[in-house]
Amino acid sequence: MTAPTAADPVTAEPGGVAGDIGWFEWAPVRGVWSRELALYRRHWASTSFAALVEPTIYLLAFGFGFGSLIGTAYGYDYRDFVATGVVATSVLFISAFGAMFGTFIRRTFQHTYDAVLAAPVDVHELVTAEASWLAAKAGVYGCAPMVVGIAFGLPLGPGMLLVPFVGFLTGLAFALFGIWVSAIMPSINSFDYIISGVLAPMFLVAGTFFPVDQLPPWAAGAARVNPLYHCVELVRDSVFGNLGWHDFAHVGVLLLFVALMWSLAVWKMSARLID
Amino acid sequence: MATLQAGSRDGLLPDHTLSAISIRGAVKRYGAITAVDGLDLEVPYGVCLGLLGPNGAGKSTTMRMLTAQSRADEGEITVLGNVLPKESKKARALMGVVPQQDNLDEELTARQNLEVFAHLYRVPKGDRVAAVDRALAVAQLTDRADTKADDLSGGMRRRLLIARGLVHRPRLVLLDEPTVGLDPQVRQELWSLVAALRAEGVTTLMSTHYIEEAERLADECALMSRGRVVARGTPADLIAEHAGARVDEHHGPPDRLAEIAELARQAGVATRRTGPSVSVLAAERQPESLRDRLGPPSVQRAASLEDVFVVLTGESVE
Ligand SMILES: Nc1ncnc2c1ncn2[C@@H]1O[C@H](COP(=O)(O)OP(=O)(O)OP(=O)(O)O)[C@@H](O)[C@H]1O
Ligand SMILES: [Mg+2]
Repeated sequence: MTAPTAADPVTAEPGGVAGDIGWFEWAPVRGVWSRELALYRRHWASTSFAALVEPTIYLLAFGFGFGSLIGTAYGYDYRDFVATGVVATSVLFISAFGAMFGTFIRRTFQHTYDAVLAAPVDVHELVTAEASWLAAKAGVYGCAPMVVGIAFGLPLGPGMLLVPFVGFLTGLAFALFGIWVSAIMPSINSFDYIISGVLAPMFLVAGTFFPVDQLPPWAAGAARVNPLYHCVELVRDSVFGNLGWHDFAHVGVLLLFVALMWSLAVWKMSARLID
Repeated sequence: MATLQAGSRDGLLPDHTLSAISIRGAVKRYGAITAVDGLDLEVPYGVCLGLLGPNGAGKSTTMRMLTAQSRADEGEITVLGNVLPKESKKARALMGVVPQQDNLDEELTARQNLEVFAHLYRVPKGDRVAAVDRALAVAQLTDRADTKADDLSGGMRRRLLIARGLVHRPRLVLLDEPTVGLDPQVRQELWSLVAALRAEGVTTLMSTHYIEEAERLADECALMSRGRVVARGTPADLIAEHAGARVDEHHGPPDRLAEIAELARQAGVATRRTGPSVSVLAAERQPESLRDRLGPPSVQRAASLEDVFVVLTGESVE
C-alpha cells in the first residue's frame, strides 16, 4: 500500500459526493451495467455464436423437418411460424436462465451483492439493474432467430423493428422471475424443478411450435395466462404486420407480469440479503 | 458533505449527530443467538477506533448494522447524522466499507472491480478514471490492473478490497479485519495508510485480532465480548486500568501454576495463563502478603493490551 500524500489525499475535501439521494437512482444501474459490459466484451463472440446457432438448429429441425409435413400453421408458412416462435423461446432462455444461475452464483458463492449493498444501493435498484441488463440482452439476441429466419426466406417488414422491444419487455419479466426463483430456491440443483416443472411447459404451451388453438381447451386456457404466449403473439403480429388494438392487451399482460415479478423478486432478495 | 462538516464542527445538525457513529442499545438476534446484546458505541468524528474482541463477539455484525445490511432488533443507530435504517443509503454514500469476507468480483480485473464501485459510489464521470488510478496506486496494483481478481494473490486481493472501499474518498471507513493474510511489509503499508486516513480527519472503525495493530493505530479501543462493549479507552488507559504497569510471570509445574492463580484470586488480583506460566497483572498493586507467598517472578514485563484483552474477554473461546 502507498500512503497517500498531502497532494493526493485519500479522501475528498468536503463539497464532493452525494447531494440528495433519491429512492431510485440510475447510478446502481450504470454500475451493474458497467460490470456486465466488461464481461460481455470478453465473451461476446461465444455469446453471439450460441445465440445464432441455436435458432438455426431449431429452424432446420422444426422448420424444415416438420415444415415439410405441416406446410402451414395459422395461415403462415410453418418455417416462418417457427422462426417467430423461437424468438420468444430465446428471450425466455436468455433472461430466465441468466437470472436464475447468474444471481444465485453472485449472491451465494461470490457474495457480490453483499459488496454492492454496502455501497449506496438498495435491493430494488440492484434487482432492477440486473433484470434490465438481461432484458436488453434478451431484446437484442432474441432477434437472432428472426435474422436467421430472414436468411431462410422470412419476408421483411417494418414491424420487425418492434421485436427487440417485445423481447426487452418479455425478458424483463422473465429475468425478474429468475431472480425471484434464485432467491427462493435452496440450491442450484433445485432449479431443475422450475426448469422442468414451469419453464418447459411454458415454453411448449405458448404457441411457439404449434398454435395454442390445437391444444385441449384447458391447455389453451392456460396458455392465455402464460406470459410467453403474449410475447409470441406480439412478435407474430409485429413481424407479419397484423398489429391491432388487441396487442395492447398482450402488452398489458406482460406489464402486469413485470410488476408482479418485480415485487416478488425485490421482496425475496431483500429477505436473503438483509438480515 | 458541507452539512457533514457542519455537523461535526458547528453543531448545525441535530445534536445526536455529534458522533460520526452512534449506536445506542443495539440488539441483534439470530434465532437463539444474540449476536449483539445491548451495544452502546459512540465514535467521535476524526477518531480511529479499534474494535477488539474474540471470535463471535459481534464485531462483524456491528459493522453490518452500520450499513443497514443487518437490521437491529432494538436500539438506535446514527451514522454521519443519518438515522438508520431509514437514511442508510445516504450514510452508505459517505462511507467506505472493507468487509471481513472477500467479495471481489472474481471475473473482473482489478481495474474493472474499482470501476464498478466508482459507479456505485457515484464518482462523477470526469473523475472516475483518476479515482480508479489512484485506488490502484493505493493498492499497489497499478501494474496488475488488468489481472483478473481470481488470479491475484491473497494479499493483493486484500489490498484491492481495501482500495475498493476508498475509491470515492469516504469520510468514514469501516475496516473489518483489514490485515488478515497480509505479509508484514504490506501490513506496515496498510498501517501507514490508516495513519494517513487519520491525518486527513477520516473517521475509522477497525476491527482486528492483532493487538499490536490496535495499539499502534487506534486513538481508542473498544473491547467487545458477547455482543457488548466491556471496556473502552485509549490503549494506555485501558492497560493502566485493567493490567497496571507491570506484569509478573511465574513459571513452574502445573500444580504450582494452579496454586499461584488460586492465591492471586483469593487476594483479588487478576491473572492470566501465558503459555507455560501464569501472569499476575498489575503486579505493582499486589498486596505484600501475596508477593511473599508467590516468591520472586521468573520474568517481569510491562503490561500489554493483550493482557487486558484476555482478562476482560475471558480465557477460553466459546
Ligand atoms: N447471518 C447470521 N445468521 C446466524 N447467526 C449469525 C449470522 N451472522 C452472525 N451470526 C452469529 O452472531 C455471532 C457474532 O458473529 P460476528 O460475525 O459478528 O462475530 P465477530 O466478532 O465478527 O467474530 P470474528 O472475530 O470471528 O469475525 C456469532 O455467534 C455468529 O455465529
Ligand atoms: Mg468478524
